[in-house]
This record gives sequence, C-alpha cells and structure tokens, in this order.
Amino acid sequence: MMMREAFGSTIAELMRKDERICVLDADLANCNGTAGLRNEFPERAFDVGIAEQNMASVAAGLSSYGFVPFISSFTPFATRRICDQIAISIAYAKQNVKIVGSDPGISAQLNGGTHMSMEDIGVLRSIPTMVIFEPADNEQMIQALPQIVDYNGPVYIRMFRKECPDIFGKDYKFDLFKADKIKEGKDITIFATGIMVKTSLDAAEKLKAEGIDAEVINVHTIKPIDAEAVIESLKKTKCAVVAENHNVIGGLFSAVSEVAVQNCPATIIPVGVKDVFGEVGKLGELAEKFEMTEKDVIEAAKKAFAAK
Amino acid sequence: MDEICKQIRRMTVECIGSIGSGHIGGSMSIAELMKVLYFDKMNVDPANPKMEGRDRLVVSKGHAGPVVYATLALKGFFPKEWLYTLNKFGTNLPSHCDMNKTPGVDMTAGSLGQGFSCAVGIAIGSKIKKDGATIYTIIGDGESQEGQIWEAAMLAASKKVDNLIGFTDYNGMQLDGNVEDINSLGNLKSKWKAFGWYTQEIDGHDCEAISTAIDRAKAKKGQPSMIILKTVKGKGISFVEAAGYKSHSMSMNKENVEAALAELQ
Repeated sequence: MMMREAFGSTIAELMRKDERICVLDADLANCNGTAGLRNEFPERAFDVGIAEQNMASVAAGLSSYGFVPFISSFTPFATRRICDQIAISIAYAKQNVKIVGSDPGISAQLNGGTHMSMEDIGVLRSIPTMVIFEPADNEQMIQALPQIVDYNGPVYIRMFRKECPDIFGKDYKFDLFKADKIKEGKDITIFATGIMVKTSLDAAEKLKAEGIDAEVINVHTIKPIDAEAVIESLKKTKCAVVAENHNVIGGLFSAVSEVAVQNCPATIIPVGVKDVFGEVGKLGELAEKFEMTEKDVIEAAKKAFAAK
Repeated sequence: MDEICKQIRRMTVECIGSIGSGHIGGSMSIAELMKVLYFDKMNVDPANPKMEGRDRLVVSKGHAGPVVYATLALKGFFPKEWLYTLNKFGTNLPSHCDMNKTPGVDMTAGSLGQGFSCAVGIAIGSKIKKDGATIYTIIGDGESQEGQIWEAAMLAASKKVDNLIGFTDYNGMQLDGNVEDINSLGNLKSKWKAFGWYTQEIDGHDCEAISTAIDRAKAKKGQPSMIILKTVKGKGISFVEAAGYKSHSMSMNKENVEAALAELQ
C-alpha cells in the first residue's frame, strides 16, 4: 500500500468519528490520497486551488472556529512557501492546524529540484510550538494520526506518499513523543528518520557482520526531540550517525547534535543532503548522488566508531 | 460627528497617547465602521466574549489595534484602564490584534493579508456549522497589495461564502506614501466585482451609509460582500489629517493628545 492510501483511509475513518476534522488541499489531492474524501465529506474536505498561503490561513480560521483542519501539499509548498502563514496565522495564533507535506527531500524524484524540500524540517523547527513528525512506514502513519488529532497544536507530517517497505507489524505500538529504539546495540547509535530508517536497519545488519553492534533509533518526532532517548543511547555508545532525507543543516542531525553538545558530547556523523539543491532522478540514483545509501551509513558508522 | 464615534476617537487618542506614539491614522479612518459594527450590528456579548454563534470581526489590518481596543473597552469587554497599557511590557493590548490576549478580539493579525484569509476560513466554518453568524473583516488599501488577499477573494466567491462581509479602508495612504504613487490599486471596485464579490462603495465616515450597506450585503445571497469605505487617514483630528501618510504611525505626545482631545469634544 502506498503511504498516501494509508493516510487517506485513516483520515476518512477519523472524519467519520470526529466532525471537527477538515481536509484542505491545494490542487494536489490526487497526489496525496485525499481526493476521495470529498465524496463522503463534501463540506469538510475541499480544494482551495493553487493558493497555499490562503490555504494555511483559511485553515487557521477554521481552527479558531473549533475545527481540526489538515492542509496538504508537497513539502516545499506546505512549508517554505507558506512559512509566514504557518508562523503567524497558525503557530503564533495558537491554532490547531495539521500540515501534511508529501514527497520530502529526494523522494520528489522526477519532479526535481524545484519540488525537493531539503530544508522543510529546518524551516519549521525554528518556529516555536511546531511538532514535526516523519513516519517510517504505513503502520506508523496509521497509528500516528489519531494521536496527532488528540494533540492540541500545530503538527507537521512529513509524508513519503508512495509505496514504502513495511517495518512495523500490527502489534507495534508507539508514542508520538517518544523516540523508538527499534534495534538494541552497544557500539554506536544510528538515529534515523523517514525513509532512512529502513536503510539504517539494513546497514546495522551489515555492521553486525563486521563486528560493530549498532543501536537503531527511529526518531519519528524530530521536534520536540526525545532528548532523554538521545542522551541515554549516546551515554552508552558514545558515538553516532544521524541519517535523514534532508539537508544536514537544520534537520535531525542538528536536533540530535543540539541535545548531545549540552549533555553528552560525542562524535556524530551526518548522512543526508550536504547543503546542496536537489535535481531530477530516481530515488536510488539520488540516494547515490547525495550519499544516502546503506553503504554511506555503514561508512559513516565505521568512521564514528573509529573516532570514539 | 456621532457621539459614540467621538468617544471611540478620544479613547483611541488616549490609548496611543499613553505610550507616546502609534498607529493613529489608520485607527481614526475606521472609527465610524467600528461604531456601526459593535453598537448597531454585531451579535456579541461583552460578558461572554467567546459566545458560540456570535458574529465575528477579523481586523486584518492588525495595526489598527488601538481603535479596536477603544471600541471593545467602550462596549464593556474590558476596563477602560487597560487602554493605558497599550504596548507596555506584559499588556493585553499589543500593537497588533491578538486573539489570545484581548477579550473580544476574534483573530490574531498583523502580517498583512493573512487575517482576510482567516476570515474566509471562519466564514466557511460558520457555514459548515450552520450557526447563522455573520463574519466581518477589515483590510487596508495598502494591504490589498498583498497577493494573499486575492487568493482569498477568489476562494470566497468560488465557495459562495455569503456570510462574509469585508471592508476596505480606502484612505489612499500607506506607510511609505500614497497608495496611488506606490502601487496603484487601479479600479478597486471593478476588481472586487470581477472577483465575484457584491461590491459597494460608500463614504466610510457616514454611519448611516455604512449601516445601509451592511443591510444590503446581508440580504445578498450567494456572494461574499465587499464594502469599499472612502475614508480619510487621521479623520477627525486636523493635524493628524494634515500629516498625510506620515500619520500611519506618529507621535502622540502630551501636547498632541491635548490638542486632539480638544478637537474631539
């Protein structure tokens, strides 16, 4: 199942139970799995056209009227394009708006550099009160949405909208605000988010064969970061890799480093986009180009391990 | 001049005077509108500012805070003494309107263009809830240079948001100079009409005309309404009017306050 289908069907289920939930799109409903909602909820699911700034502030207005609006677009248009509307209409005004950005980082693939947000986490992380969540698979998305509706405040959901490998089974349970240790290890910690979680798990397996016992932590909520989990793991392993589908400036690497530098300084090596713009290509090609493959995680892990 | 309008103006002057300077020009230009809204038209309860189903006002030109505060204080939303705390550290009356600080303020605004979209969202919300509320919003003429205004205008007409009544404070001046010289709005009435709004253009200092225009707007179904108010920046205080665009934010020292109050008796 594509993640957008998991998103669309879970939102539909929630809308049936909760009349406060609205879904607004800016002409990308067919890409984000939300178009079908309009048949069942013609009043609460609608398109505002290609006008993202207006969408953000309209959603803030709806929130002030007691609704829980979700707005959705591609990540660059759901974040950097409407940064001020998110900051003022939504966050500063304390409105309960959920922002869904799809195709983060290199996953925009053939849409290329204009549609690739390498900076969206950084942009939103510096706005007070924003919660930033990036699921690693469909199950996590499905379980996160009711928690996000229950949470009163602005949340950014960074959605890989296409087919993605399953990591978690139905018995999986997680807390939106707790980082998730998905593999125990003692030699190094790999903090990962989004599509880099699976890559990191695979890398950890290979590292095991080379005698390095890596711990893998899925940091699905990048803000507020679960500092306790970061500190606890780093105190044990004393070195880390941070793997993210984002610029190494402003994203998860920055968030982990900010915690580490104040509490448990360690060698931490980033795997991510190294402050360059995106370009067209398939996911695999772009992962190679931007050094975000399993091999890159392994190399970074060895380097960090050697430095401790 | 209507006694309540005079009172609103006097209280606005005192409010700004308490901190020594502020957005006097664009506050004075909407005093008649504030009077008509809060004393004749809006279904609000000062004792219950969050009343369900109430009419709402979004002052998208958020810098008009002082005249909003004067009106809300006069209506009884909070004690008049609060007016003397404008922009003082810890105040409930910040420079630009903040719904989380001031009783009676329905939406936070200040980053221009955004409040207008918020008002469209609120009006859509009221339609979904079918609570019969009327949503009012005030934008500036300078603010109309923001692209977001026109995004919202298109959506409100497209969705037939007919419980929304917008006002443009067309005083012809903005911070840097005359609107006409900086970035002309062209034929503003035609623009709103072309965007599908029921559009009226009236004297913004004529309470009777404002009241009638609102009644006509409320009776109009299937379309949002825009009422363009031809106004004078700084209206009612001769030296503020004479300051022209420089009255956007100007000194209101003790001397100025006394002169202004004397004129507004």
